[in-house]
Amino acid sequence: MVKEIERAGLPVVHICTVVPISLTVGANRIVPAIAIPYPLGNPELPREEEKALRRRLVEKALRALETPVDGQHVFED
Amino acid sequence: MAQSKLRVVHYLNQFFGQIGGEEKANVPPEAREGVVGPGMGLKTALGAEAEIVGTVICGDSYFGENMAEATGKVLELIKGFEPDVVVAGPAFNAGRYGTACGAVCQAVVRELGIPAVTAMFPENPGVDMYKKDVYILPTADSAAGMRKALPKLAAFALRLGRGDSIGAPEEEGYIPRGVRRNLLAEKAGAARAVEMLVAKLRGEPFATELPMPRFDRVAPCPPVPDMAKATIALVTSGGIVPKGNPDHIESSSASKFGKYSLAGLDDFTAEAHQTAHGGYEPTYANADADRVLPLDVMRDLEREGRIGKLYDYWYSTVGNGTSVANAARYGAAIAQELKADGVTAVILTST
Repeated sequence: MVKEIERAGLPVVHICTVVPISLTVGANRIVPAIAIPYPLGNPELPREEEKALRRRLVEKALRALETPVDGQHVFED
Repeated sequence: MAQSKLRVVHYLNQFFGQIGGEEKANVPPEAREGVVGPGMGLKTALGAEAEIVGTVICGDSYFGENMAEATGKVLELIKGFEPDVVVAGPAFNAGRYGTACGAVCQAVVRELGIPAVTAMFPENPGVDMYKKDVYILPTADSAAGMRKALPKLAAFALRLGRGDSIGAPEEEGYIPRGVRRNLLAEKAGAARAVEMLVAKLRGEPFATELPMPRFDRVAPCPPVPDMAKATIALVTSGGIVPKGNPDHIESSSASKFGKYSLAGLDDFTAEAHQTAHGGYEPTYANADADRVLPLDVMRDLEREGRIGKLYDYWYSTVGNGTSVANAARYGAAIAQELKADGVTAVILTST
């Protein structure tokens, strides 16, 4: 899906837990996520801390969308 | 004691069945005694060991538009000839014909318990639809490949009719079905892996035991120039849907994607949203779907002006055993809608 969205001309960032799969399917902007059942959360954290964690990931994704890349790039910290 | 000949039934479309071209594509299934059209060549290739006892013909459009009914009728006609093996096509790159050949073979095997084989061009849509269940031999993309295809079809049909066990696709020449069969290897996996590695390092040929699917690459799009003016859309393969899963997106091998309104919505809740995904533990997503698709944070960022606007809908499917071809189709369809609605960029989340 991510590749066809990019092929259509829309920049896309893939927030995903299993980065090797994302690399294999051909995502270009990749943000590693937390865990498979909660890629953008952590149920062990208090609600506000969990949301702050999620916000950091989304902000990283937005920065990825603002960053020129010339191939596949995994946006670590 | 002389053995009786194997009984073969041949399936053809209206064109190869010599009824007519596109104008006759709506003819319903009918049966003929003996051979028709390319059945002559098939008969020659089968030789003395088998006999084409009958031919069943159906118009491609009739089949395509009435698949369930047509398959049933074709099956009845085939059954009437009491075959030992069924041959369909070859269909080359004719999509409806290839689909019909695949469907007929699948039904013959499943419902009549009779072996069947067809042949078509590898990119015929019938291949992807039926290769898992049906032996499909690769052919050229046009009937110019008939002379090469018929002997291969005949040889394969004879083997099926005799009840021979069919080996791996690379030995037998059919399109891989993705079936794994246990066998006892002489050497342990570690030894075989090291042999492959050594061969690879020496630049010698080696054959993997687990071929990976092939994926192509798309060049990255230029970055978003002004995020404060951008419209960002949320898409997920994590199966986030309104409670009750109104579109009945399947928990695996999803046959569709859903599009749902975000108007007036600031946060996903356990009361109103859930995941349809069957490939991960759903407790956490069902309790708070923002953990999979970050609606709450996106609304905050929209209010703060970090992004121009959150697009008014989210798209969702279940990425669990979903074929690459289907996922690509959903992605392309979603992208067209997003572009038409002026979306700037996409955040796609996967579990």
